[in-house]
Amino acid sequence: MKSEFISNKIRTQRFFAGEMTQQELADKTGVTRQTIVAIENGKYFPTLELSFRIAYVFGKTLEEVFAYKADEDPVLIKLKKSKDKTKPL
Amino acid sequence: MKEPLTFQEKQILVSLFNTLIILVAYSYYLHSKYAAFTDQMLNDLQFLGKAFLMLIPITIVVQVVFLIIFHIVVRIISSEKIPEITDERDKLIELKSIRISHWVFISGFFMAMGSQALGMKPFVMFLALIISGFLAGIVSDIAKFIYYRKGV
Repeated sequence: MKSEFISNKIRTQRFFAGEMTQQELADKTGVTRQTIVAIENGKYFPTLELSFRIAYVFGKTLEEVFAYKADEDPVLIKLKKSKDKTKPL
Repeated sequence: MKEPLTFQEKQILVSLFNTLIILVAYSYYLHSKYAAFTDQMLNDLQFLGKAFLMLIPITIVVQVVFLIIFHIVVRIISSEKIPEITDERDKLIELKSIRISHWVFISGFFMAMGSQALGMKPFVMFLALIISGFLAGIVSDIAKFIYYRKGV
């Protein structure tokens, strides 16, 4: 279930952290390596708690590790469309 | 490029294999042991209850034995680190697959009760419960595998 509107820069951050391995990041955040792989590949969206933990390990803020594109979010697009429909002409 | 199977995915395949083995072995055992039984005995609720309860310890023992063998084999032939924790993703996948398998079992349960409401023999109810139990296990494993593979 890949998402286009939520992305992350974990791979880049691992590179800047001295080519930290996925296993090292997993050990530091208390999850399995497979979960880190799934997050990097966009197959799993971590909870807010884990997201903060990952950002903390890299010494970054949440926005520096995770990105959100509101104009590509299907829920917001749907809400906007339904709002436009109910708007008086 | 195809990704190699992770430890969790291999474990699910082993569990699925176990379930199928138990299903075949149990069906064969019941068939061979009770084929000569009369129609009256097959519809005896006490006998059916015993046959159903017998399945639970057998399933647990077989699953545990197979999982121990699987862990030993993985440690010997693979360099992959065996996850020692169950994290939030594992728990989410477990919850989602249990929800699906519950629906399968509940459908079987309603069919079992329906068979009695329609006046069918108790053996039909027993079969519906056994089949839905096995199906729920199989569907749960398949759902887990898909969630691990495709994402959740």
